Amino acid sequence: MSTRPFLELTDLCVSIGGISVLRGVNLMVARGEAVGIVGESGSGKSVTWLAALGLLGRKARVAGRVRLQGEDILHMPAPFLDRVRGARIAMIFQDPASSLNPVHKVGDQVSEVLRLHRGMDRRAARAEARRLFDAVGISDAGRRLDAYPHELSGGQNQRVMIAAALAGEPDLLVADEPTTALDVTIQAQILDLLREVRTETGMGLVIISHDLGIIAETCSRVAVMYAGRVVEEAPVDDLLERPIHPYTAALLAALPNVDGPRRRVTAIPGSVPDLVRLPPGCPFGPRCRRHTSACDAAEPALASVDAEHPGRRAACFHSSFAHARAPEHKEVVLA
Amino acid sequence: MLRFFAVRLLRALITIALVVTFAFIVLRVSGDPALEIMSVDAPPEAIAAFRKAWGLDAPLWIQYARYLLAILHGDLGQSMRDGREAVVVVAERIPATLELTVPALLFSLAVGIPAGVYAALQRNSRTDRAVMVAAIAGFTVPSFVFGLLLVLVFSIRLGWLPSGGIGGLGHCILPIVTLGVGGAAVLARFARGAMLEVLGQPYIRAGSARGLPWRRVIVSHALPNAAIPTLTIVGFMVGNLIAGAVLVENVFSWPGLGRLLVVSVVSRDLAVVQCILLLIAAVMIGANVTVDLLYGVLDPRIRTAPLCAGAGRC
Ligand SMILES: Nc1ncnc2c1ncn2[C@@H]1O[C@H](COP(=O)(O)OP(=O)(O)O)[C@@H](O)[C@H]1O
Ligand code: SF4
Ligand SMILES: [Mg+2]
Repeated sequence: MSTRPFLELTDLCVSIGGISVLRGVNLMVARGEAVGIVGESGSGKSVTWLAALGLLGRKARVAGRVRLQGEDILHMPAPFLDRVRGARIAMIFQDPASSLNPVHKVGDQVSEVLRLHRGMDRRAARAEARRLFDAVGISDAGRRLDAYPHELSGGQNQRVMIAAALAGEPDLLVADEPTTALDVTIQAQILDLLREVRTETGMGLVIISHDLGIIAETCSRVAVMYAGRVVEEAPVDDLLERPIHPYTAALLAALPNVDGPRRRVTAIPGSVPDLVRLPPGCPFGPRCRRHTSACDAAEPALASVDAEHPGRRAACFHSSFAHARAPEHKEVVLA
Repeated sequence: MLRFFAVRLLRALITIALVVTFAFIVLRVSGDPALEIMSVDAPPEAIAAFRKAWGLDAPLWIQYARYLLAILHGDLGQSMRDGREAVVVVAERIPATLELTVPALLFSLAVGIPAGVYAALQRNSRTDRAVMVAAIAGFTVPSFVFGLLLVLVFSIRLGWLPSGGIGGLGHCILPIVTLGVGGAAVLARFARGAMLEVLGQPYIRAGSARGLPWRRVIVSHALPNAAIPTLTIVGFMVGNLIAGAVLVENVFSWPGLGRLLVVSVVSRDLAVVQCILLLIAAVMIGANVTVDLLYGVLDPRIRTAPLCAGAGRC
């Protein structure tokens, strides 16, 4: 990766109410790249991106660096951030219905962004909102502009959210579990839409999900998070083929299989660690099949595993391609 | 929408009928107007004549039937104390009471809502705590105690304001503040709660994520949503305001409906009491209808939802 990254998170640490929630996240996104963030619930996926955009509020302590095209935006004043959010980096959330204001018409909520970031007047904004509604596949766009969120379905609301995100013509869209609250068929449609938007606009995309299948379908690179850190980073295909970190391997093993006999989705044994009382050394230790006494001595850092594969990094003392093995089943269900 | 109002109207009529009946029974059973108005040692013949003149000698149910019949004909009867039409006696007191209650309501709104919103925006700050302590005090201290306290400080101690009676602006201030402070306290607490609830909603964060300046998020996204539950409280406050007016008017010798009500109850002057109760019922119903209409204006989920869905006010 020779080009300067579009966005680079360095040692991002967040503590909320005295609890360390992020413990040094390192991650970068190139311009136009699609990156997936995967991990169990509570691993810090959402907090990472909320912190990067300054959306965590006052009770969170955030440290580290968030460089947007080289410029550290982490502690920039609000007026500066208001011109980053929505205009350069947009973010959409899990629950589309409650992410839209119930008392305003959906069209107005999109127009608001157009007027703010693109300086349009009322009429131009409405016309453009209508065009965006068409673009994100809202049927009968002209009439839907005047609908309220409660009059639309979850899928339609998520399309409105995407339209509002696209309204600022951002270079990067962060989608936090964009399909988790939706039916399976609608999920597929929304993912198609996101892919389509990317091909049309060249916009970068970060998809946060606890579902590797969704990420495999949409992204080219993936970062795996565990207990507030990135524990493995790799091109999606490589990761599916040969996971390095034992946690990633466990995540893959937990995916359902397409062909072959249907088997139960195996959850990863053990439970998500309590961030207040992390085990000594590697936080995955208690659940790890490869755990040795060396793992309790210190926490492994995210590092290159193999000089020939600079894109592959993992945080594990016992990681090398020698350990990496294909998951038990070759094909992976793509949600 | 039409059915909505038909239901409301029917309920209102039933409420009024119940209130009127209840007042009739309580006032008739608990004392004898003849004795209260004529004084106990009046000659028995005079008392009998008084009873006959006002129809008090008939059995209770006949009195009740006559009374209802008269109301249906729009006749609310005469005051037993001075023989004038009860409506006239009551009507001449309305302006004085409005002079207190309307400014008191405005005072509650103008002080309570900004204080609550501000406290919510500064959550856990010193200002927030100060506002909440003041609100709890304003809410717990009974209004007559607060009124007397004000009189003690501003009339007796400082001599700035008169302690009672009606007159210029100076006479209004203490009673208005006394009457409005409870409502302001309730509103402050409620507006703060509503605002905190709204600020925790995903659409607030989503608004910020779209790059809306914080001020705009507050004004155009948080406040309109927080206004919806707050409106419920404003509806309830109208009732409290009327009850408060009865107390405050008596504390400050304010010649309004509240004083008239107390005097009329003591003398069992039924027609006047009933007239006031009808008026209060009408005001409360009017307030409720206004609140319901405003809900529709503020909340599109109610406007477009079927009857009774939403705020749970059916
Ligand atoms: N507003 C908050 N207040 C307190 N703790 C929070 C808050 N948001 C997130 N956390 C904690 O931070 C950790 C990471 O959360 P999150 O990033 O939402 O996880 P996920 O990977 O599921 O998106 C969790 O332990 C969660 O309890
Ligand atoms: S460092 Fe040790 S405990 Fe941690 S993942 Fe690697 S092998 Fe497992
Ligand atoms: Mg999350």
